[in-house]
Amino acid sequence: MSRITVCLAVAAVLASASGAVEAATLVVTPGPDAQERLQTALLDARPGDTVQIAAGRFDLTDGLSLDVDGVTVAGAGPDATVLSFKGQKGAGEGLLITSDRVTVKDLAVEDTRGDGIKSKGADDIRYLNLRVEWTGGPKETNGAYGVYPVSSQRVLIDGVLVRGASDAGVYVGQSRYIIVRNSRAEFNVAGIEIENSMFADVHDNVATRNTAGILVFDLPNLPQMGGHSTRVFRNRIADNDTPNFAPKGNIVASVPNGTGVMVMANRNVHVFDNAISGNQSAGVMLVSYTQAFNDPTYNPLPRDIVVRDNRLGRNGWDPKFPGGPEIAKALGGPLPPLVWDGVRAAGGKPAEVKVRLADGPVLNLNLPGPGQVDAAAPTVSASVIDATFAEPPAVSLEPARP
Amino acid sequence: MRRGLLPPAILLATLAGLGAAAPQPGVNLDLVLADAPAPRLSDYRLFLDAGADRPNGRVAPYDLVTPLFTDHAEKDRFVFTPHGRRIGYTATGVLDFPAGAVLVKTFAYPADLRRPDHDVRKVETRLLIRKALGWTAQTYVWNAEGTEAVLKRAGARVPVRFTDPGGREVALDYAVPNQNQCKTCHQVEGAVSPIGPKAWNLNHEVAQAGGGRANLLALWSRAGLLEGAPAPEALPRLAAWNDAAQPLEARARAYLDVNCGHCHSPAGSASNSGLFLTADETRPAALGVGKPPVAAGRGSGGLSVAIDPGHPERSILAFRMASGEPGVMMPELGRTLVHEEGVELVQAWISSMPPARRPGD
Repeated sequence: MSRITVCLAVAAVLASASGAVEAATLVVTPGPDAQERLQTALLDARPGDTVQIAAGRFDLTDGLSLDVDGVTVAGAGPDATVLSFKGQKGAGEGLLITSDRVTVKDLAVEDTRGDGIKSKGADDIRYLNLRVEWTGGPKETNGAYGVYPVSSQRVLIDGVLVRGASDAGVYVGQSRYIIVRNSRAEFNVAGIEIENSMFADVHDNVATRNTAGILVFDLPNLPQMGGHSTRVFRNRIADNDTPNFAPKGNIVASVPNGTGVMVMANRNVHVFDNAISGNQSAGVMLVSYTQAFNDPTYNPLPRDIVVRDNRLGRNGWDPKFPGGPEIAKALGGPLPPLVWDGVRAAGGKPAEVKVRLADGPVLNLNLPGPGQVDAAAPTVSASVIDATFAEPPAVSLEPARP
Repeated sequence: MRRGLLPPAILLATLAGLGAAAPQPGVNLDLVLADAPAPRLSDYRLFLDAGADRPNGRVAPYDLVTPLFTDHAEKDRFVFTPHGRRIGYTATGVLDFPAGAVLVKTFAYPADLRRPDHDVRKVETRLLIRKALGWTAQTYVWNAEGTEAVLKRAGARVPVRFTDPGGREVALDYAVPNQNQCKTCHQVEGAVSPIGPKAWNLNHEVAQAGGGRANLLALWSRAGLLEGAPAPEALPRLAAWNDAAQPLEARARAYLDVNCGHCHSPAGSASNSGLFLTADETRPAALGVGKPPVAAGRGSGGLSVAIDPGHPERSILAFRMASGEPGVMMPELGRTLVHEEGVELVQAWISSMPPARRPGD
């Protein structure tokens, strides 16, 4: 609060003392010393400026970073301006953004050793018309995340293509007020993942040829937990058929091959109006977090979940999750498109879980507790309607006014 | 490890102004406090010679109980405080440096680490300057002759060769950080901050000129450089990571605090990991015990938890410390080589933990 006040005061003083400050454009062209010239421009930029990266290929050896508020980093198009990190010798990502009100657009980031573009504590960040790609195709040695905003408020990802991430193509973690739209994620382990976050709209995206299309997760032992209020709608989630290539130990390494949408340990998630087909394990899975945790404030169960009005094609014909093949055999055919682990209570608190699974049929595994697949008592019903849930309002990226 | 270049007796003399009989101009305080960084290190007049070996008045050498590992670079540290200003003692966190204070750290490589005072090549000198409104970080890269260091804001790679303590030839692409990377590690709640000069990491005996040893903080207090510090026996003390006489756990925790805790803390760059490695952390899960990775990617090395008690070979923490590969290794900035002694220390600590019971054991 005090920092915001100070910033506003400084801005007002600057505006009154020097009149309007002209926004500058700092142009960076390909060629020798591109690393130093590009990084210098990112250091020299002042609020309101644009760092314009010309068309061409930039062979970079170290991570780039931006720590100035209100800067736009723009290329000449996601196929024209290519930042290649094939020869990267250090840093955990290609481009790291740690300031507020930054836009990065119209460029490509290729072959980073770690994550592609990361922003941390960067409010009002916008990722627009980008390509982040590991050009060798899906490999365990690819970086984890393509675009990776974390610990931020008001995040927009629009028109981004990510290929080859060994965790999630688009990953938004521990953030609030998020829109992911008009983007395409393919050949990643997870296409799009919203984790430990509140108020996210994920819509009009294509998630295809990943291991899993769209994930909404909540994990324990993190500074921000209790993810809730996410809407996943009007996406095409099709043919997610790339075998899981995530390094073991990461939570997505446990995601079954061919999963359309997976909701894990989250609250008030609404999945509707999507086209979901060609996912061999399941169209939509609702599962508990199954690993041990010791944080009493963490809730490992998906609850207040709505799945409705999706166009469900062929899914679940060869399920790869534990117990799936046996259940499919018992049912004598493909699994129903919706699979729920059916855990109703955890930590001794009964009947806290309610769902509205209107797209049927629904396979309910009726597990007595998270991950207790051996005790499954599967049932199939046309739907599971425990209650109705008000849909979260559309996410607004307008900063709150005091 | 090379200790401070100047004996404390000279330090005391320079601090007291006794060495200022010759009309040497002092440190350029206007430049220190200016908004823009100076183009050359020598512009600040922190040193009396072009090679930055002889500190100016009020520029005092110091070193740390447990330092950060930076590819085996030797580090010479100095602190400058303006005339009439003192450093305020704080029991925890970084000491309270006055405006105009400068922390100076030169990174250098002797041709042979077994002969640390011979054929030393300086690579860079980093400055943390306490401006009126807060700290800024800059670095100056030395020319090959070691006669001039110039401002380098965007980072650089410098080829370095040396012979390591085991007699092996080592060649590396030393990474000079860019200005933002300085801040990636040097930050608390988003503002630039020093890391090393905390009371407990300065609380040790240093050699005095003419023999004998004295407590560094006591020396600083006596010289009028530091105010408010209690007697040495009442000061907190960090374990020395490489002192085998001290308890294993304290040494490992000190090592992790200094090498990892600046990012892996609730106010640091890696806050979102939930892995907190400062020496005051007491929650096992926050320390990594049984904690699955969050955003490790291939940094997990196919392992399931940061620390698997009793099993360093199953612990991501030790795996990432033992890697030199970008995207895997930790810390991700500040080193290209593996610190084998540091890895061994942390492995020994994990080995000493009672193993967790697991299904199938």
